[in-house]
Amino acid sequence: MYTAPFQYRRAASVKEAEDMFSHSPDARYLAGGQTLIPTMKQRLAAPADLIDIARIGDLSFIRREASALVIGAATPHATVAASAEVESAIPALAVLAGEIGDPAVRHKGTIGGSIANNDPAADYPAAVLGLGASVKTTRRTIPADAFFKGLFETALEAGEIITEVSFPLPRRAGYAKFPNPASRYAMAGVFVADFGNAVRVAVTGAGPCVFRMTEMETALARQFAPEAIAGIAVSPDDLNGDLFGSAEYRANLVSVLAKRAVSAAML
Amino acid sequence: MAALSLTVNGQSVNADVEDRTLLVHFLRDHLHLTGTHVGCDTSQCGSCVVHVNGRAMKSCTLFAVQVDGDNIETIESLAKDGALHPVQAAFQEHHGLQCGFCTPGMIMTAVDMLARHEQLDDATIRRELEGNICRCTGYLNIIKAIRSVAEAR
Repeated sequence: MYTAPFQYRRAASVKEAEDMFSHSPDARYLAGGQTLIPTMKQRLAAPADLIDIARIGDLSFIRREASALVIGAATPHATVAASAEVESAIPALAVLAGEIGDPAVRHKGTIGGSIANNDPAADYPAAVLGLGASVKTTRRTIPADAFFKGLFETALEAGEIITEVSFPLPRRAGYAKFPNPASRYAMAGVFVADFGNAVRVAVTGAGPCVFRMTEMETALARQFAPEAIAGIAVSPDDLNGDLFGSAEYRANLVSVLAKRAVSAAML
Repeated sequence: MAALSLTVNGQSVNADVEDRTLLVHFLRDHLHLTGTHVGCDTSQCGSCVVHVNGRAMKSCTLFAVQVDGDNIETIESLAKDGALHPVQAAFQEHHGLQCGFCTPGMIMTAVDMLARHEQLDDATIRRELEGNICRCTGYLNIIKAIRSVAEAR
């Protein structure tokens, strides 16, 4: 046995899950578990109650609306990557989902779990922030710009559950990622979205939390082309440095990947 | 403790396990299906890959209670009446294994990728094998084996 003992409960609805949560002194929600279970195996997390919300049927869906693509929180990455709806609405989002982890991880991991965890090197936060998505929860709707607060930290309150993510439809978008060769997490990843009147650029993997590159956004709004951002220097200050790459290396990656993401969006 | 009721390799299984039992340990230690291996234990190597409701997943990164009610297939389900599954036969034919430790996970991953792709080129096979590590580095023959099955259908 690797993890500390816990009691597992499977919720049939978000209401039941919130009830279970409020009656436990120390509960965690379990979605796909592809990050939480390894964390529990290392005993970096040891909740007394584990409430499985991945089986709540009405949390797994993909729906095209007039001006948005809405994805249910418990939808696995593989489903998003293979979805014809996603492919036609926001192809860059299908590309991103298909590059998370590996096929087995994509079969189990979910979009809601990924953004609720807010790993600094996860892929989905780049798309959520880059597309300016809205995160709908059991209590409210949170805009992406207010959702990601810091390292593994989000605006979610205790017990609050993400139910769906609504992505506005861009004119075009692109994602470029440099994966760590072992973990497949992003050493750096850049999501670029062109909405015609505005451009958004979001960077994951490089810093302690996903962030926007406003200088690139302004330049790309004037001219949507890789050369428009070629001269923009990315500061290594506050970027991550580890055995896989220094902060300076990641700063250069952000610049290179931003150009690649723009090129991908222009295809 | 949790009372589980699930299907493993076509057989109904009922068992009482601790909630924290990982699926791979349930298969190996409770059901004695030791074909599914524990390699890295950190979701990276893929030697623990099994199919849950027909989809490849890493059994070291699932609790057994999460698959209560589900249909599990392990490497032991592939050969029928003493005859190897086509993917197993291809691994034998193309020398797709050396020490053999990663082989059960490689084969379960290969069966899953063959089911999801009508056609498989080498680039796709390599990408699909990203979650499986062979410490003997015998990848070329593994790719050759999987490609041969894709081409023979």
